[in-house]
Amino acid sequence: MAAILSFFADFPIELFFIQTLNGIVTGMILALIASGLTLIFGIMDVVNFAHGELFMLGAYVGVIVLSTTGSFWLALLLAALLVGIFGAAMQIVTLRPLLGRDPLTTILATFGMSLILQNYALWQFGPVARKINEPYTGHFNLFYLEYPWYRLMIAGLSAAIIGGFWLFLKHGKFGIWIRATMQDRVMAQAMGIPVPLVHTVAFAIGAAMAAASGVLFGPLVGVNHTMGLDWVLKAFIVVVVGGMGNLGGSIAAAIFISLLEAYASIWVSPAQAVIVSFVVLIFTLLFRPTGLFVPTPK
Amino acid sequence: MSAQATSQATSEDTATAPLVAVEGLHTYYGKSHILHGVSLTIGRGEVVGLLGRNGVGKSTTLKTIMGLVYPRQGKVVLEGRPVTALPAHKIAKLGIAYVPEDRRIFRLLTVLENLRTGLDRPGVTDARKQELLDKVFACFPVLGERRNQAGGTLSGGEQQMLAIARAMMLEPKIILLDEPTEGLMPRMVTQIHQIIDALHKEGVAILLVEQNVPLTLEASQRVYIMEKGAIRHHAKSSDLKIGDDVIKQYLGV
Repeated sequence: MAAILSFFADFPIELFFIQTLNGIVTGMILALIASGLTLIFGIMDVVNFAHGELFMLGAYVGVIVLSTTGSFWLALLLAALLVGIFGAAMQIVTLRPLLGRDPLTTILATFGMSLILQNYALWQFGPVARKINEPYTGHFNLFYLEYPWYRLMIAGLSAAIIGGFWLFLKHGKFGIWIRATMQDRVMAQAMGIPVPLVHTVAFAIGAAMAAASGVLFGPLVGVNHTMGLDWVLKAFIVVVVGGMGNLGGSIAAAIFISLLEAYASIWVSPAQAVIVSFVVLIFTLLFRPTGLFVPTPK
Repeated sequence: MSAQATSQATSEDTATAPLVAVEGLHTYYGKSHILHGVSLTIGRGEVVGLLGRNGVGKSTTLKTIMGLVYPRQGKVVLEGRPVTALPAHKIAKLGIAYVPEDRRIFRLLTVLENLRTGLDRPGVTDARKQELLDKVFACFPVLGERRNQAGGTLSGGEQQMLAIARAMMLEPKIILLDEPTEGLMPRMVTQIHQIIDALHKEGVAILLVEQNVPLTLEASQRVYIMEKGAIRHHAKSSDLKIGDDVIKQYLGV
């Protein structure tokens, strides 16, 4: 009893607020990566193991554009555009011919692409991490911390990109095509929807979103050839916990898991806090394998 | 109906040539041989019934025509043009629409979005789109009332109407209709019959797969009867009656 009382008495309320903010910021970045991953899985049943490398590639394009033009916003735009085009090419060359075969073939293909891209980046840019300067360096006071505005901007921009993507899906011809293909590929094709094109465009959108998050997140961690690994692992957890192929679920799961990790690192070291997401993953798979944030089917 | 005869037909005036000619289809699912040389023709605006017991390959015939399953042998000719190797979305654009047995409504899309999957084609003006929607909502008022409701929330009969309405959005020359009355109340069955008649009046051809033999004989001009993956009998619908020996032999009714 005394222990419980002292827990509440010592509860670090200020740290709690800071961690809530941190959790939401990382959660939004994670949601942006995971949206693309879950879109690609939902529409093609392809687990894209190269997703983290598209994120990394986006960050490098950002580094190059930023160093030549000096504009962060141009870097963000061009990274999304170029990696989107690259993603379309990659889908046409490696995934389109494999569609409908054993899932193992697409896993191996995307895993192979991930190794190629990682080693290309190492060969091209070297092992030393590059830096993307944040476009806005201001801070504000949050209790005893100088909290960078840029972190809030990341969360806002990620939310804006996800929101834009949602509007694109909800309205307009192509959004309907994507959702119809996600639900029933065969029937979509029988309705005259050009499914191969829809697949390619969906992959390109997923790649562009990963690239955009790479540029947005670059200023916080530094850009190197393995930066995609941690994120893609977390994004996979989020996609499974959110319900494979369920966009809203992935976004909810991204924020949920990031918040849990942020709170856990109040008491344990951040490296140990990662355990929380695996615990959530294991319990999800054990007790609700269709995903935590999936509405119960009618 | 030899291959030679059909190739002559295709070179004739298209008005007398069949709309769809299916020649010697052999379709496999993995190693199991489902269709053993199915051949049939459907004329322009003609309603043709395809009867047979469960599992004789009626649905597979429709799927093969639609390009959802590729035949190992044989061909499908639409207006004199072979379409056998084309992907389904191109076949849909050429004028074949498909209403599958299990309806396959896009459950999470609204009724209107379900219809738009067939409507957002290149070359359809906004005015024409509205016209097609108005027509379908006049034909199926319940779909108009529920246009913003998710397809999955509709009743079985309403889903069947939506599946047919969705196919009509493609302005098809022929609709492949797979067991439209399966699991429906008698009142709904009558309605489906009326829809088939209405489509026939508009000049849309229909290949109708049904278990409901009386309905098929009434609604169609000709019927084919299938057994074990092949056509065994072909007759004018008006020449057949429920008690006939052929019907008893192949359909057991």
